[in-house]
Amino acid sequence: MTYSFWRVAREALRGNTGWKPAWRDPVPKEHYDVIVVGGGGHGLATAYYLAKLHGITNVAVLEKGWIGSGNAGRNTTIIRSNYLLPGNEVFYEHSMKLWEGLEQDLNFNTMVSQRGVLNIFHSDGERDAAARRGNSMRLHGADGELLDAAQVRAMVPLFDFDNARFPIKGGLLQRRGGTARHDAVVWGYARGADRRGVDIIQNCEVTGIRVEAGRVRGVETTRGYIAAGKVGLACAGNTSRVAALAGLRLPIESHVLQAFVSEAIKPLVHTVVTFGAGHFYISQSDKGGLVFGGDIDGYNSYAQRGSLPIVEDVAEACMALLPCTGRLRVLRSWGGIMDMSMDGSPIIDRTPVDGLYLNAGWCYGGFKATPASGWCFAHTIAHNEAHAIIAAMRLDRFATGAIIDEKGAGAQPNLH
Amino acid sequence: MRIPCPHCGERGNEEFLYRGVAGLARPAANAPDTQWHDYVYLRDNPFGSHRELWQHVHGCRRWLVVTRDTHTHTIADVADVATPAP
Ligand SMILES: Cc1cc2nc3c(=O)[nH]c(=O)nc-3n(C[C@H](O)[C@H](O)[C@H](O)COP(=O)(O)OP(=O)(O)OC[C@H]3O[C@@H](n4cnc5c(N)ncnc54)[C@H](O)[C@@H]3O)c2cc1C
Ligand SMILES: [Zn+2]
Repeated sequence: MTYSFWRVAREALRGNTGWKPAWRDPVPKEHYDVIVVGGGGHGLATAYYLAKLHGITNVAVLEKGWIGSGNAGRNTTIIRSNYLLPGNEVFYEHSMKLWEGLEQDLNFNTMVSQRGVLNIFHSDGERDAAARRGNSMRLHGADGELLDAAQVRAMVPLFDFDNARFPIKGGLLQRRGGTARHDAVVWGYARGADRRGVDIIQNCEVTGIRVEAGRVRGVETTRGYIAAGKVGLACAGNTSRVAALAGLRLPIESHVLQAFVSEAIKPLVHTVVTFGAGHFYISQSDKGGLVFGGDIDGYNSYAQRGSLPIVEDVAEACMALLPCTGRLRVLRSWGGIMDMSMDGSPIIDRTPVDGLYLNAGWCYGGFKATPASGWCFAHTIAHNEAHAIIAAMRLDRFATGAIIDEKGAGAQPNLH
Repeated sequence: MRIPCPHCGERGNEEFLYRGVAGLARPAANAPDTQWHDYVYLRDNPFGSHRELWQHVHGCRRWLVVTRDTHTHTIADVADVATPAP
């Protein structure tokens, strides 16, 4: 069923009795050409592009809970392509282009809103770094503009420009950045994949990976054994656990990241803003709630809930940047488990096991990557070879020394 | 989360700095690259019990080995790094 204005009008007149489920609830088959483990945005996008671009439709996505119950449903929905290093920027700009055509492609309202992403700076050193990154973005065909304090003030007048410690000197703006509706991205890819024949199997946890003579044969699940020609892992924060089922040890630690949403207020923050003097970012949802977050808690965690010191830290940063929020109430806070890689950049690659592929290491920035991650991972699985766009995102880069360390923080995941 | 420091008593985790898994064996300076790669980059990243290094930076400044469950955050054991494991 194609969604359209005409369809909405027709259903309105018929008491909305004609809507059908957007995807099926199939019983697992005995064998698939490709099994994707993990029904988050990345897994579903991978299945969608396998079917759409590579004609591989005997595909299953296995999800231990319900689709979108992991980080895909927990993130703060920011999309951007404002990276410094070439290995990252080509990839994220590819993703941005896919976002720009996603709704038409999926025939689904993913609410992509290019309201801009503004990185504020507070010192001359930070301005230099922003200018350098902006130039790198432009060299890769993305957009970036360096704003002075007056231009920033025109965009976000209620920010604390004359803060004694962190005066706002300007910002790096990517106008094409913004937000998208995270759940709709999951549902849109799920529906698109299902319509092309992909089986989306929920409540099906992978508990074993069968490997014979160095080649993957299938997966053990809570719904029985399922044979597969190829298996792709897209398990985000649980990657180490699932990869360990095939005997792999990875350059990843799992950490919790929290996010917060306030009660709804009138429009206050019209763009996505990041603070330069601490780790803090804020945007406003279409319902009016301020959506914000900060640092990861900083220690290995699989708990999907955070601790209070970070709540305090985030609140302090919010007050430093936007003092007028002081009496606003926080409605909810939550946490998600991130696959923090050793250089802070993702991995999309083959593994030492034939037919087993890896999509991981997204840290706290994998939502914006969803379209390109699925696009590139599908290519890797279909051709058993990485696409040029992800030439740098290899698993062996830690051994060869070609790491992609945006922050220059070294092999210390809680610093990325 | 609160960590019982053997020297200072139970304190909030914000007083501590986290350094990751404890007990990784540092290879010899002339060990092959593969050993150094495994040491620097690869982690078990377990769900459940994890032995890890914390420094009590806002207290006694001692390094501690904390045995903590990564799912429940229950702390089973804390020892000063200088105290040999039993
Ligand atoms: C609080 C928070 C804020 C964030 N904000 C942003 C942001 O603003 N912008 C941005 O770009 N990124 C952001 N991120 C990061 C982003 O959400 C993730 O990097 C991204 O969602 C990861 O890919 P995914 O959607 O496939 O992951 P997930 O949705 O986590 O999908 C992985 C799936 O694998 C399943 N799974 C795991 N183990 C198994 C198994 N054994 N068998 C079957 N299934 C299994 C899980 O249940 C899960 O559904 C944020 C993350 C968090 C937690
Ligand atoms: Zn102490």
